[in-house]
Order: sequence, then C-alpha cells, then structure tokens
Amino acid sequence: MSTIEPAAQPVPSGASDEPLVEVRDLVKHFPITRGIVLQRKIGAVQAVDGVSFDVRRGETLGIVGETGCGKSTTAKLMMRLLEATAGEVRFDGQDITHLKGAPLKAVRREMQMIFQDPYSSLNPRKTIGSIVGQPFAIHGLQQGKGERKRAVQELMETVGLNPEHYNRYPHEFSGGQRQRIGVARAIALKPKLLIADEPVSALDVSIQAQVLNLLRDMQRQLGLTLIFIAHDLSVVRHMCDRVAVMYLGRIVEIGPADELYAFPRHPYTGALLSAVPVADPSAHGRERELLSGDVPSPANPPSACRFHTRCPKAQERCSIEDPPLQDKGTPSGAQAGTSAACHFPLTREEVAEIGVRSAR
Amino acid sequence: MSASEPLLRVEDLHVEFSTEDGIVRAVDGINYQVQRGRTLGIVGESGSGKSVAALTTLGLTRNQGAAISGRILFEGRDLVALSEGELRAIRGNDIAMVFQDPLSSLHPFFKVGVQLAEAVRAHQDVSKDAARARSIELLGLVGIPDPGRRVDEFPHEFSGGMRQRAMIAMALVNEPKLLIADEPTTALDVTVQAQILALLERLQRELGMAIVIITHDLGVVAEMADDIAVMYAGRIVETSSAERLFAGPEHPYTWGLLKSIPTLTGSREEALVPISGTPPSLINRPSGCHFHPRCPYAQPDHARIDPQLQPVPDDPSHHVACLLESELRRRLWAELRTGCTPEQARAAVGLPAPPNASAEEGSAVPGTSA
Repeated sequence: MSTIEPAAQPVPSGASDEPLVEVRDLVKHFPITRGIVLQRKIGAVQAVDGVSFDVRRGETLGIVGETGCGKSTTAKLMMRLLEATAGEVRFDGQDITHLKGAPLKAVRREMQMIFQDPYSSLNPRKTIGSIVGQPFAIHGLQQGKGERKRAVQELMETVGLNPEHYNRYPHEFSGGQRQRIGVARAIALKPKLLIADEPVSALDVSIQAQVLNLLRDMQRQLGLTLIFIAHDLSVVRHMCDRVAVMYLGRIVEIGPADELYAFPRHPYTGALLSAVPVADPSAHGRERELLSGDVPSPANPPSACRFHTRCPKAQERCSIEDPPLQDKGTPSGAQAGTSAACHFPLTREEVAEIGVRSAR
Repeated sequence: MSASEPLLRVEDLHVEFSTEDGIVRAVDGINYQVQRGRTLGIVGESGSGKSVAALTTLGLTRNQGAAISGRILFEGRDLVALSEGELRAIRGNDIAMVFQDPLSSLHPFFKVGVQLAEAVRAHQDVSKDAARARSIELLGLVGIPDPGRRVDEFPHEFSGGMRQRAMIAMALVNEPKLLIADEPTTALDVTVQAQILALLERLQRELGMAIVIITHDLGVVAEMADDIAVMYAGRIVETSSAERLFAGPEHPYTWGLLKSIPTLTGSREEALVPISGTPPSLINRPSGCHFHPRCPYAQPDHARIDPQLQPVPDDPSHHVACLLESELRRRLWAELRTGCTPEQARAAVGLPAPPNASAEEGSAVPGTSA
C-alpha cells in the first residue's frame, strides 16, 4: 500500500458546487499598545479588514499584493495560526473559526502550509526522515518504526528526493531540495488544502521552475486545492486558475486568471501588471504607469476606497463612499469578468494606455 | 584618452578565496567593458560570482584573504594595482555602489541626512551646512517627498523604497562616472521596483553616468541594460547586446534561464522547463565545460574540453563559450522557441542524449519533466 497514491478520482475543478473554503468578512486587527505595565490600546494595525472569498475544490487560487497588504495574514487566519478578530472561515462546510482541541487538530490534518524560507522552516538539528515523519508522529499514524520509514521514503521519492538521504540533515541540501522537503512534509497526511506562502521567492530562477512544476504535479496527482501566495505576477499567472488582488487588508479585485490579466478592472491591478518587468528588450520604452509614493500605513488607512490616495482615476466620491466588490462584467458580455471594488473601473483603452503587457 | 576607450575595462580577472574546504574560484578569468553612459547587465544565479566581480572593482574583496589577479582599468588606471588609499579616493567618488538590502546598508543609529553629509564630506572639502544642503538636494533628486523634513529622519522611518532611494542618493553624492548596482530591486515590491528602475534611468540620462546592474532577474536586465553578460560558475558564458541576447541567445544556460521563467504573455498550459540539477560548487567545479553536468545537449568530449568565449560567426560583438557547433545551436534554439522541450529539440536536430543523462540527479525526478 503506497502512502502517496493518486487520489482515486481527482476532483476536477468546478465539478463540485460547494466550495472547500468559504471566508466571510474576515478581520484581523493587531492592537498597538502603549505603556509597560498597564498596556493601553491606542490603535490597531488593520492587517486584514473585511475579506470574503471562496476557494473551490481542486482549483488554484492566487493571492497577490505588495508587502503588508495582508496576504500572509489571510493565509494564517485560514490555517488558524492566528485568531480572527471577526468574521468566519468555513472549511469543508464546517465553521472552524473558533474550533479548539481535538476538532481543531482533526481539521489541521486537512490543511497544510509551505513556507517561503526553506532555510528557517526546517529544524537544523533533525534529520530529513524525522522532519518529514513529524506529521505522522503528531497524528499518531504509521506507528511502526519500519512502517513510518517506508512511508517517509515513499514521500521523498514522490517529491524527487533520493530516499537514501533519509538520515541527512537540512544543511546538506540545496535551497530547491529543502523546498522539496517542505512539500513532502506538507503532503504527508494527504491534505485537502495546501497553502503555499511565497514558496519560490527565495530560490534561483532555474530552481524556481523545478519547484513550481513539482507543485503542479502534486496538485494533479493528489487532487489538491492550492492557495498560492506570491508577489511575482508572472508566477501567479502561470500557476493559478483564479487570482485575488489585495491592497491594504482588502480584496480589490478577484476573478479568473485569464480575465484578470487580460482585462484588469481595478486601477491597482492595472498598475501592478504594468510594473512587471518583461524579459523582452523590444518592449523597452513603452509607456507605463508608475504608482507614486508608498502604501499608506495599515494602522491609519485612507477612508472609503483605500487606494484613492494613489489612484490616477480617483475622484471625490472615492474618498467618501466605499466601493463594494462587484462583478464588472466584460463589454462583450460573453464571459464572466472579474469582480472589482472600484467606482470607476478601467476601460479597455486605459488598460492599453498604461502598458499592461498581458492585455488582450 | 580616445573617445572609444571604455570607461571600465576588466581584463582576465581572477578572484580566489582560500577556505578550510579548499580554494573557492569565485571569479575565473572574466573580461568585460563598460562604455561611458551605457548600462551593462550582469546576470547569473547565486554563486555565479557576479557580486564578487563587482565588489572586486571597488577593492571590497581585498581583506578577505583573496587572491586577485588580472586588470581592472578605470579611465586607464589599473584599480587592482592601486593602494588602499588611492582606491579610497576613487571609491564613492568616481565609482559608487548601491547594495541589495537598503536596511542593512544604512546605519540605524544615525539620521539619513547625517549619513549623506558624511559621504559628501568624505570627498569634498565643504562646510557642514553645505553638506546638509547638498543632502537635501540629493534626496529631492531621487524623488523623496519633503526632503527638508525627511533629511532629519532615521532609516527606520523610511519605507523600503525610500531607503533604496536614500542609498542611491548617497551613491550620487559626488556624481560618479560609474554606478554599480548589486541587485538594487530584489528586496522590493514590483511597483517600487518599477519606480527605482525608472529613477536609475532618469538619473543616468541627467548625469550621464555608466551603470553596471547585477541581477538574477532577466526582466530587470531587459528593461535596463544595453549590453548583457551571463555568468555561470565564475565565468562569463555569453555576452552581447540586450536585443541580440533575447532575440537569439546562443548558450544552453541562457536558453535554460529564458525557458524557466513564466511570462505574462506565454501560454499558461506550457510547462516550465527548469535547468536540472543545482549550480556547481566553486571549489570542485566540473571538468571541461562547467555547465556540462546540467546541459541537456552535452556530448562526451564536453567533459574534457574547456570552452573559451568566442564571437558568433555573423556578429563580432556577440560572444559565447559553448562547444556545440554554431549552426547546431541555431537549430536547437529555433526548436526551443516554438515551445519544444530540450529532449524534443535534441531529437529534431539529431543530437544524441548526453552521456550522463540517466545518472543525472535532477532529470528523473518529478517536477523537472513536463
């Protein structure tokens, strides 16, 4: 009996109506305190502020945004690594926002995470065998010594590591191999959901492609649902079926990857896509739109639409009335477009003007 | 000095460090030149020697038990032969550097303005007030809003993009003729990266300086560079104009880099083609062509013969160090750019599989095949 066998019937994306994860009005505020003994709360960093989305079974959802936009916090809230200030996370139909003890442990078996830094996410004093076998130990599986070793070696083989390296330590592996170890550990319990938080940003380009291909292979073999968090928009486009764009703790646009890249509606999405450097000197000198200034502090975000302070299309209404996230459709109306939170979404002409290279 | 004399000419530069494990050949005989007002991009992965080559230009590898040989001619003067004192007069004056991590390159205890003024006064005999005025002027030049107030702030009060702007301001203090930027945007978000690259281009136009930009990001060099040198295991394996390198790359390693990055416009279904294996150790480099253990087109004698950089037949400015026939390389690339895998390309031109293909670590594992 193989530990990692292809799921009997990999769930084709969109086949099941019920989403695997439902996130509703999720809020996480980190308090800012003053004082040493008597800590008074003087404000809050609004890391995630009212985020709602679904993750469908078998799909890959990308979450993109700049540093500090709340994408990693959102992932940690979904994993229950942080306690939500308000809102709800439903996993497989069950509200897991306030689970404790044994029920929480049971849910955690179904969701696993791969971290950004393959150097600090592996304990340097443990062998690879014990790192990859840790999930079995925690959940009391594969108790027999020989049994667990066999299971771990099969996992190592699945992710392209030499099973004979069972007794080696993390420092003996390169960055790409360490990320494979992270993947092996994450898929050990055959989770339903895998969250990859910037899994390739610490790797060299040639190695990055190896890990991206591995993640895709694993997803297809195991029928995984994948949440892929990254700041590299080209990588996200390659990996994801749907993409959510975050800015200052909110989702400003979400939709099918093809649509979002071909016809971004939110000016922030447009600016992000326009800023991606393209490995093609013939595109050099094209017009592009540069966002001015920096992201405002999440402790004191702008009123109403949070992007209005940097938005080239902003008008008075944008600082008064908060735009809801709603389907903007496409002019042709043939296909569902993306949902954007904007009073004045981009038009095709504007998308062409700001130099979005993926525009169609 | 004639007008065609390059600003910087590096000739047969070797940098070796002796360590407990053996001699690290970080830079192994590289040659390149930078013309006034032009931009050279040096591309390579970690451990390819690209940063060491740049640091050596400024004499910053001197104190680490390094054996440096070759010549680094800056306006005709050999920097390798200069004394530390003489080099000090050039460093930060005629040649300046911007580092990758702007947080660790600024001193956290001192105000940004004080650090800038220090750089001014290190090379110019001016009063404190004049140095401060110059600092404010520079912060304005690099696009920091309200420089008169910001000059009295500490580095932690600056955002990542503003810190990098402050570092660039510091590099520009004495209007250098050459700016070396080592991964200047790697730690930054894509929107800030676009701002910094646009800033560097504007400053280059306004001040007429030459730039050497070191990066692993092919997108960044495509945006910035006039000429490109691709480094692998301490050597330059391919060098040409930027247009030419992206239109007709000649080295299998360059192909590998280009095929392993996802693009904004390519097909999403097309699998990425990674370069198998990992970069070699610079202590025990592979024999012959250093790339042969990872090269899908390697032939038996490539493990013995060490290729030299040679011009490609129809373009004397395009050099490549590869043992494959030029004609064969063209046909391989023609196949690859249509979306073929290396195996398909090899079959199409009738090239036998590399002798080490089956034993190769990376090739038989999931994630490396399509």
